[in-house]
This record gives sequence, C-alpha cells and structure tokens, in this order.
Amino acid sequence: MLLTISTTYQPATDLGYLLHKNPARLQSIEIAGGQAHIFYPEATTERCTAALLLDLDPVGLVRGKGGASGEGFALEQYVNDRPYVASSFLSAALSKAYGTAMNGTCKDKPDLPAQALPLAVKVAVVSAPGPDWPRRLFEPLGYEVDIETTPLDPTVPEWGDSRYYTLHLRHAGLRLQDVLTHLYVLLPVLDNDKHYYIGEHEAEKLLHRGGDWLPQHPERGFITRRYLRYLAAYVNPTLERLMEGDESSVDSASPRMEEHESSSVETTAAQVTDDAMRGLADSTLQPKLSLHDLRLQQVAHEIYQLAPKRVLDLGCGEGKLLRLLLRQPKIEYILGMDVSHQALARAAQRLHLDEMPPRQRTRIDLIQGSLLYRDERLAGFDVAALVEVIEHLDENRLAALEAVVFRQARPAHVFVTSPNADYNQLFEKLNAGEFRHDDHRFEWSRAEFAAWAAGVAERHGYQLRLESMGEEVEGVGAPSQMAVFGIETN
Amino acid sequence: MPQDTLKLPELSLILLIGSTGAGKSTFARRLFKPTEIVSSDACRGLVADDENDQSASKDAFELLHYLVAKRLKRGLLTVVDATNVQAEGRKPLVALARQYHVLPVAIVLDVPESVAQERNAQRPDRRHMGRHVIARHRQDLRRSLRSLKEEGFRHIHHLRNVGEIDAVQSITRDRLYNNRQEETGPFDIIGDVHGCYEELRALLEQLGYQVLEEPINDVRDLGVRVVAPVAVQAGASPPDPLSERGEGTPDMHSYAPVERIPSPLSERGPGGEAPARTTRKAVFLGDLVDRGPASPQVLRLVMSMVRDGIALCVPGNHDIKLLRHLNGKNVTVNHGLAETLTQLETEPEAFKSEVRRFLDGLVSHYVLDGGKLVVAHAGLPEEMQGRGSGAVRAFALFGESTGEIDEFGLPVRYEWAREYRGRAIVAFGHTPVPDAEWLNNTIDLDTGCVFGGRLTALRYPERELVAVPAAQVYCEPVRPLNYRALQAQAQHELTADNEQPTTTAQHEQDDLLDIRDVTGKQFIETRLMRGVTIREENAVAALEVMSRFALHPKWLLYLPPTMSPTETSALPDLLEHPAEAFDYYKRLGVERVVCEEKHMGSRVVVVLGRDEAAIQRRMGLDGEGIGKCYTRTGRNFFTDAALETAFLARLRDALNTAGFWEKFDTDWVCLDAELLPWSAKAQELVKNQYAAVAAAANAALPQVEAALTEAAARHLDGAEALLARTTARRHAATHYADAYRRYCWPVLSLDDLKLAPFHLLATEGRTYFDRDHAWHMETLRSLALADPGLLRATPYRVVPLQDPAEVEAAIQWWTDLTAAGGEGMVVKPYDFVPQDKGGLLQPALKCRGREYLRIIYGPDYLLPGNLDRLRQRNVKAKRNLALREFALGVEGLERFVARQPLRRVHQCVFGVLALESEAVDPRL
Repeated sequence: MLLTISTTYQPATDLGYLLHKNPARLQSIEIAGGQAHIFYPEATTERCTAALLLDLDPVGLVRGKGGASGEGFALEQYVNDRPYVASSFLSAALSKAYGTAMNGTCKDKPDLPAQALPLAVKVAVVSAPGPDWPRRLFEPLGYEVDIETTPLDPTVPEWGDSRYYTLHLRHAGLRLQDVLTHLYVLLPVLDNDKHYYIGEHEAEKLLHRGGDWLPQHPERGFITRRYLRYLAAYVNPTLERLMEGDESSVDSASPRMEEHESSSVETTAAQVTDDAMRGLADSTLQPKLSLHDLRLQQVAHEIYQLAPKRVLDLGCGEGKLLRLLLRQPKIEYILGMDVSHQALARAAQRLHLDEMPPRQRTRIDLIQGSLLYRDERLAGFDVAALVEVIEHLDENRLAALEAVVFRQARPAHVFVTSPNADYNQLFEKLNAGEFRHDDHRFEWSRAEFAAWAAGVAERHGYQLRLESMGEEVEGVGAPSQMAVFGIETN
Repeated sequence: MPQDTLKLPELSLILLIGSTGAGKSTFARRLFKPTEIVSSDACRGLVADDENDQSASKDAFELLHYLVAKRLKRGLLTVVDATNVQAEGRKPLVALARQYHVLPVAIVLDVPESVAQERNAQRPDRRHMGRHVIARHRQDLRRSLRSLKEEGFRHIHHLRNVGEIDAVQSITRDRLYNNRQEETGPFDIIGDVHGCYEELRALLEQLGYQVLEEPINDVRDLGVRVVAPVAVQAGASPPDPLSERGEGTPDMHSYAPVERIPSPLSERGPGGEAPARTTRKAVFLGDLVDRGPASPQVLRLVMSMVRDGIALCVPGNHDIKLLRHLNGKNVTVNHGLAETLTQLETEPEAFKSEVRRFLDGLVSHYVLDGGKLVVAHAGLPEEMQGRGSGAVRAFALFGESTGEIDEFGLPVRYEWAREYRGRAIVAFGHTPVPDAEWLNNTIDLDTGCVFGGRLTALRYPERELVAVPAAQVYCEPVRPLNYRALQAQAQHELTADNEQPTTTAQHEQDDLLDIRDVTGKQFIETRLMRGVTIREENAVAALEVMSRFALHPKWLLYLPPTMSPTETSALPDLLEHPAEAFDYYKRLGVERVVCEEKHMGSRVVVVLGRDEAAIQRRMGLDGEGIGKCYTRTGRNFFTDAALETAFLARLRDALNTAGFWEKFDTDWVCLDAELLPWSAKAQELVKNQYAAVAAAANAALPQVEAALTEAAARHLDGAEALLARTTARRHAATHYADAYRRYCWPVLSLDDLKLAPFHLLATEGRTYFDRDHAWHMETLRSLALADPGLLRATPYRVVPLQDPAEVEAAIQWWTDLTAAGGEGMVVKPYDFVPQDKGGLLQPALKCRGREYLRIIYGPDYLLPGNLDRLRQRNVKAKRNLALREFALGVEGLERFVARQPLRRVHQCVFGVLALESEAVDPRL
C-alpha cells in the first residue's frame, strides 16, 4: 500500500517541513500491524513527492500482533488484501506519521499550514464498492479525481475488473491538513468490506476528524453509516467457522436483520446503527417508518385485540416485536425464540433484559430453538407470531415447521407473515425471479401463500383469515401478506 | 432362632425403623455400602452444620427425599437411615418407592428402651437429648409394627432384640424375577398366539424347532416335547459382562423347569446343563389363549417348552383373565374366553391345575441379554424395565389407554412406543397390527393371527422376521387390522392425492426430531471411543447451521471428520513433508500406509438410490429425487436443480453400468468423495478472496517498486533493501495466482464436473469400515471405469513403512505430484479403523505441497521471517477433533445401517457439525 503526496508549490521541498519529515532520509516507524516507511522519491524545489509505504506483516496480523478485536474479520485469513489496500491501517499510520501536519502545526514555518497548496495524491490501491465511489466521495471536496482499474484476473477476462483502483486526486489549492484529514476519513470508508477497527476510540477520532466538512458532504449518510456499522457489528466466531466462507450468510444470520425491501438499502442500514448515529448523523436518519416496522405494528395490534396471556414470537430476531409486546400489560408471559444465538444476544441487549426490574423480567424469556425440531417448551401459548420467518426455510422443510407449530405447540392463534411476490415487480432493484433477501428460499404470490395457509388450517383444525400488509397497489397487492389462524373449538 | 442373613430384593428401598439409639447407623454401616445409605442425620448436617439440629428437620428431609428419588430413578438399592417410626414419615418414602417401581422393605430394629438410653448417654452429642424422646419413639414403633404391611411394605424384617440384630452377618440380595440378563439367546420371540395351534406349530417348525408328540403317562405329562434348533454362533451377540451379575442365585421362577431333558441334537450327557448356550430359545409374548380354535394345545406346547427350558413366556391380559377364572374369581366371560373355557372342558383337572400353576408363575416382563432386550406383552417404557411394582405389572399386561374411545368403541391406546427412547429393544404384542414394524427400537409382533393375519416371530439378535399366515379368520376383529392404512387412504382421497402412503411408522416418526436430542451438553456413546462430549456452545452454533442450511436430516447419514496435517517439516522452504506422516504412523506401530493423491475440490458425501422408490423406502423421503450430494456441513452441494438432477442421474447410470447394485446387493449407496473443480462450489470465494488478493497485489506492488526505485536512485538509506523485498513479494504474488488458478475451471455443463470417490461408506445392511483402504481404492477404481468422463479414480500407493526404498519412492511421488501443481496427498493407515492398545489412531494425515500452501498461508508465506513463524503451529487440537469426529461419523452410519431411529443417527451427525465449530486453526 502506497500513498504519495506531491506538490509543485515553490519551494516544493517545503512539503518536508509541513510533514515534519526530512526529504533526505528514509524513515521507518512501527504502526499497528507492521511498519510504515516514509521517503521521498523526488525532492526538488520544483516538485516534491512524499511517499508513505505501509508494510503490514501478514503473519503478524493473523497471529494477533495486530490486535484484532475479534475473530471473523478479514484478518483471520492469511490470504488477505490488507497489505495492499488503503484501509483503517492507513488512517492509523497517517495519524502517527503525519500527525503534526494533520493538526495543522509546523514548528519551523508556522504560516505554512494555513497555505493552500497545489497538491496531487496517489493511492495504490484503494478498494471501493464501485468505480463511481471515489468520485462521489472526493469530488464534492473539490478534487479532480482519476482512477485506474485493475482486472480481477487477467487470465479470466469474463470476471471483469476487480474492486481495486489506483486513485489519483488533484487539487489546485488546499491546505495539506485538509487533504490528510479527507484521506484519513474517506479511505477506510471506501474500503468498507474489509474494514477493521483497532479500537472504539479510533471511530471517535475519525468522526472528530470529519466534524468540519462532513455535515456538508452530500454523501454524509453513506460515510457515517459505513463507519458506524462496525460499532454495531457483532460476529459470532463459532458460527462463522461453519459458514464455509459464505460471508453473506453471516451478515444475514437473523432473518430480520436486514431486509432489502424498503426503498433503498440505506434506510435499513440506518436502523441497524440508529443508536450509534445519534448526534453527529442526526440529519441522515429517516423519520419514516420502514415497511418492517409497519408490519410489526400490525401484528402487535392484532395480538392486542385477542388479549392473550401467553405469547410466542417464533423467529424473534433482535426483538422488535418483543418490544411492542412488552408494552401490552395484559400479556403475562412472552417467549421469544430464534435459531440465531447472535440475534438473541442482541435482542437481550436491545430489550435491556439485564437491567429489567424483577417483575417485568419474569414476563419475558429468550430461547434458542429451531422450528424444525419438536420442542416441548412451545406448548401452552395463546398466540404465536411468525413474522417473515417461513420464507427463510427451504420449502421442503415447511412440513416440519407445520408439525412443530400447528401439531405440537398448537397455540390458539397463529400469525404468519411473508412477502408477497406479486409485489416484487415494483421493486426497481429486483430483477425478475430474484428475492428481496439473499436468505429467502422462496417468495410466494398471494395465491401460493393462500393455498399453503388453507392446507395448514384444514390439516390442523384452524380457521383462516388472510390479510394484506402495507399499502395495496392495483393488480399486485400489498408488499406483505399475513395469515391469521384461529383454532377451531367444538 | 436368630437369622444370620437377611434376604432382600436386589432393587429395594430399605427403611431402617427404630428409636434413636437403636443402632441403625451401625447396622447400616456393617451391612451396606456407604453410598447406599442416606441418613437423616447426615442431611441435617449438610443443611445446618449440626446433625442434631431438629429445627433443620424439614429441610433435611426434603434433601433426603431428593437423594432417595435420584438413587431410585437410577435403579440403585437405597437404605434410609432415619428413625422412621412414624407412619407419616414413612409415607413419602413408600410413595417414592412406588413412583420408581422399587420394592419397599422395612427392617425394624427393636431394642429395649434401657439399651437405647444407655447408648445415647455415651454419645456426647446426644447426651442432652431428653429421655422422653426415646420413650416416645418406642411408643411410635409399637404402633407402627401393626401397620407396616398395610402401608405397602412387601418385606418386613422384625429384629426383636440386640441379639437378633447382632446376629445378622450378611444381606442376600435376591435377583428380581424379571432379571434374566444372563440369557443371551439367541431368541425367537413370538407374538400373540390366541389359540392358533396349527400356525404356532408351523411357525416353530419354520424356525427350526422340532415338535414331537409324546405319550401321556403321568398327570404332569403334557403330551408334547419340543427340540430347539442349535444356535449358529455367528451373528449371536457376544456375552455381556453384565450378564454375569446374579449368576448362582437361585432361580426364583415358580414354574421352573422340573427337569431338563437332554436334547437329542446336543452332544451333552445326561447332565444336559445350560442348553441355552447352544440352542435357540423361544420367547412367548403372552395371550396364548382365547378366540382361537385350540388354546389348550397352545398351552400344552408352551408349558412344555418353558418347563424344558427352551422357552420363556410372559403373561398377556387374556392369560391372566383365564387364571382368575381358574382361581374361581368372578370374571366376565367375553373377548373369546368362552371358547377357551369350552375347549378346556374336556381337559383333565390335573392339566387345568397345571395351567393354573403355570400362569400363576409368569413374570410380568423379562430383561434379557445384558439389558439389551426387554419382552413384555403390552410393552414397557424404559423407567419401568427391570423394576417391580403393581404399576409395572399392569402396564406390561394392559398397556395404557388415553381414556378415549375410538370409532369402533375400543379404548384408544396410549402409544408409548412413539415416545420410547430407551436403549433396550422392546418386543411386545397386545395390539394387532398388519405388519410388524420397528419404531424407536421397539417392535409389535402381534400381527393378528387369530383375526386372519399372521403369526410372527422376531429372530434376535438377527432382527429377522419370520411369519406364517393364519389358516383362516377365527374371529372377526372389531376394528379392521389395517384400519390405519384405510384411514390414511381415506384422507389422501380427501386431499385428492393419489400417491399411496408407503412410508413406515419409523419414517413418519423420524419426520420430526426433538430438540432435546441435539441441544445442551450432549454425551454420545460410540463404538470406537467410549463417549464423545459435545459442548453446549458448539451445539448452539450447529443448531443454527443445521436449521438454516442443511438438507433434510434424513439425507444426512454421515458427515466426514476433519483431517490433520502432518507435523511441521524442518526442511528449508517447506511447511509439510511426507516424512513426518510416515514417522507418525511408524512410531505407533503401523506397518503399512496407503498414500492417496489429494484432489483439490470440495469434499462431498453422496447418498444415491437406484431409483426414487429406493430412497423413499430406505430414507423415508418422498419426492426428493434419487439422491443428494452434500458438503461437510450438510448443505446441498448444488444450487442449480437441473445440474443436480443431471449429475445424480449420470452417477446412477455409471453405477448401473458397473453392475454396482447387484454386486453389493443394495439399492442405495453412500460415498465419500471430492467433487472437482474447487471453483464449482467456491466460485465466489475464489473471486472475492483468492483472485482479489492477487489483483490487489498486482496493482499495488509495481507502483511501490517504482517509487522505491526512485528513492534508491536518490541513494536513500534502506531503499535498496525495501525494493528487493518488494520485488520478491511481487514474484510471490505471481506464484500465488498460479497456484489458485490451477484448481479453477469454469463449470458450464455436467462435463466439467469430476467426482473422485475415495470411500465406499455404506450400502444396504452394511458399512465398509472393516475394509482396508486398498480395497476401497480398487473398488472405486473399477467403478470409475464405468464413466471416466464423470468419475475420477484416485492415484494411490501402498507403502510398507519398514522398507526405506518404498518410503523414499513415496516421498519422491509426493514431490513430483506437488511440483506439478498437485495439492498433495493423504496418508492413511492400511486399515480403515486404525487402533493400537492406546485406542484410535489418526484415520488420515494430509501432507500438502509447497505451491498449494500459498493459497492457505498467503502469497508471502515463504518470504524470510514468515515461514519460521508459521512453523510454530500445533496440530494437537486438530487431531483430537479428528478422532472424535471420526468416531461419531462411523457411529452415525453404523446406527443408520442398523436401522436405528433417525434421532440416534442425527445425534452423531449433529455432533460432528457441532465439533466443527470448535476453535481450531482453520489453516490446519
């Protein structure tokens, strides 16, 4: 990973004073994960280039010297792009190597830091979600942006370009301090996927660095979210080991964690990080309720009308419905079940189970369980809710779910919601035949859902009512659908 | 006359009854194991730090009851050392005895008040106890003596003075009548006969018994004698050490063999001892009589066989009703009893009293063959097996009904077998069924002979069924024998589904597994290792993966174990080398190993049926195709259904061509294999990780080199060294890219997929863990010839470790293989299940090539400074895991082949998956 900063300011060698690094020497410093070398490939009065070379130790990174905060990050692998890519390691190195410059101090030439300079920056290489992103991040700050692409594998042309770019930035006149700050914040944002935090403070520092210019940046939402996402991220290392390197499945470990169906991916990302974003990123929060929230409220309202005493939330995820149910004082006991241990841990956190007063605490329990295994703990409930759960199971396993819920547990009422596939044509981002979520195994049309629900009701002695969820659109129905089962009494 | 020994049932709850100072604790210590004694004083001490703190009595007795309950549940004789002088104190203990079906026994230590007072006076801790306490105890004791029997004590020993107490020198523990664990069979277990003599005789003959008519000379002669067939030793279960228990104790069976008639087929002399060792033995499950045409003849035959020691018999409800009638009790003559009574009218009184004696002596159930087999007329849940109580007897005779009445007016029976999870096989009858079917290790052998069905026998331990059809319908059943099937059919017609229900009860049961079998801490008994423990946190991870990604559990017969690499090589530029693998096995005394080329693809398990019907029959999977190909974590290998179908069909065709089904007499197979190319499954991983890293390196490093070249031109100190290193890294990145590209090729059609099977794991009725690896290699090589376009034979060589030249040649083989870009090889002991006196050895070690390891340890792993650090790795945890997973994998498949319930198979498969979530260096 190489970062060069060049200037044609006269005398160009003033760059050395600004950076507080002597152009005549190659300096090496220890940084998290390895070493950084600072040297000047050219240093004349006409033109001066300072290079910051990151020399990360690939073995050390894995063996813990780099201090990974948890397992499951990209760093667990020796086969890793970290040594070649501008990432948060670069930010850490920047603050260590060019700290004085970034703070705008220059002992020898105190006026220099305030001076706007013509500057050219090269980063080899950045990792970015797409070729337009470097522009979107840097052009609003006044840079002229160029990128060089790299093929993923030159022997396999059909794979196209990789996500790695050599980034060129040019600015006619900007303080060096500003350039460094922009790089410090934006390079790890570009990197995103493989981002890795050295510590929580690092995140605070990054936000601090962006305080002046970030609020005006048109992509501020994207930038803050990408940062803060990691504060909310948990990775279950034992689980990851079983995922066969399928990272998308880890991300979507809980069915309800990230749904793609709201108008843009961003609104859901905003939900994930809502707490962490308060403060700096208030303006980016979307006040509008997501489809998922509406769906939960509808289910909670239906449950309220039944005035049940014992309620099951099957596939409770992070506990959004549980939170709504806890607000219904007539419910004496709520049992939340999910197959993901990780989601349950998050639910416990979000519901503040540890700090709950004792009486309230007896109203709720969270258990790990699976809808494919018979489970005695599920017996004796008045209501069970399965909100956006069934579509996460392979269709041929629904018979097991049916037996577990309708034959064994047998609650008096069961609410099942699922996406309405008829509606999918209205999602611009979805191609025909694609599902709203990577982990969906199927999405049913209204007719398919109705047929399944009617069969279940018939086989197990329930009465059935079908409801649509969300705003109906002529011809395609509402985004989601719900089946309400009530046990037949006689 | 003081007794020097007391007789007690081996499983009983013994209450010592006596005042304080009566010497109960001393008595208990003298005659019982310390762990068998639960003392109220000790419990008081535990909850109050003071054995005499009477205020702690309530808590102390709660603890005492808890301890007693735990012991009884586990089937352990227990002595309660408390005064027990009050009926209200004894009541909860008697209730516990009932609950756990053990016999309550009272031993009363009746010493004069003066003795007790004096003893207490000598104990500093009891010196302050008021004299009135003992007096009151004595009073309570007197009263108790009158009521003990009424309270339910079956054995009461009243020791009336110090002399009688001290005289007792030993306790004789009588075996329960139902304990016949030393009888190891082999058995022929026969369902409800109901007077069908001709069918019984035909069945016995088919089973190899000779039925001989005999003249009746004496009132005790039964007129028939049966000669049992000689047992073929092979296949008989080996004698269990447990079965030695109780040997030598007198046979308490009241219809004990009067004499043992030497079998004409036996070589034994007139002593004729222990014919059970060499001949088979019949076991009758009761309901010998009623409804059928010849109940007396059936009785004659069975009584004769029991008397000669070639049969065992448990009573059925009909037999007991007949007994009550013969005993003069007033019973309703219905359900076929009338026929029996008519048939008995012409029989002599002597026979009838013999029948009475016979029926009276029948024991509710038997626990046989070291506890591996239980027989009872109506079956028996695990917690009642080997226990004795009225409830046990009632269950064994009548089963349990739900209290509901079905549409035929018959009581709805509680289906205990559906819930059964015990280890012992339970053979039972009582409820007529159209076919004898295994369900959760139980089998109902009443196939309704008297209703025109069949008379069925189960050959144990062979688990074969032998049946003869009824000659006619002797009695019209109230409920048709096959009413279940009729019902199911009716339902299917209702839902307009034309498919015939053909799944078995076990398959149906297996549709839904219970979460208790997989979550929490699990302990799984395996044949190869004593037991494998699965930690709860690992089960948590496995539950999620199993639920979200795995195939239907019915497909998952086996998951392959992880494999450890060799220890690290010290040779320059190498991390792994075959020498370490050879040394490892040689050190452990392995003479020969098999080296197999390691294919760089994806590990898969293939379960394939000859056709869809075979899968439906054996796996109980409907409409799921002819097979599945799944990964190490139980996921379907294929995401493209069309490609999957084509692949499986082509593989099936290859097996057809090879004549595989006929050769192995099977209609399904389970194979362990590698599926190539690697990129077929890992395309995304290759692109996102492997290719990406090369792309990043190739984009960044030349620019770093350029900058450093300029710096070097400026003679900056240290620039040259950095430049050299960067150039080396650029070359390393190129080699790395070459390495991963070797294992990738585009999969455009079926022709691009290659399957390299290396273990033939199982076919119907057997596994192949007893075959050596050379056999597996050869068998699968000949299979591969059937379709070389799809199947790849694995190159291998057998290496005798004592021969240095052969070892050297094998190392050269590996060197050539890996130099040409091969992943490496796997070294396996010649035997599939390698063991030495210390236990199981590593079933395989992998030895990977220098180039291949670039994609494991990264492009720069061979650079100076890196390799030395990477050499520090520890294979111990990985090897430990490999052993446990291997033991579990073998166990699971063996359970499947033995047709155990799915939950028992799934437990092993789940266990392997759970162990895979253990934190072990993933690069090993």
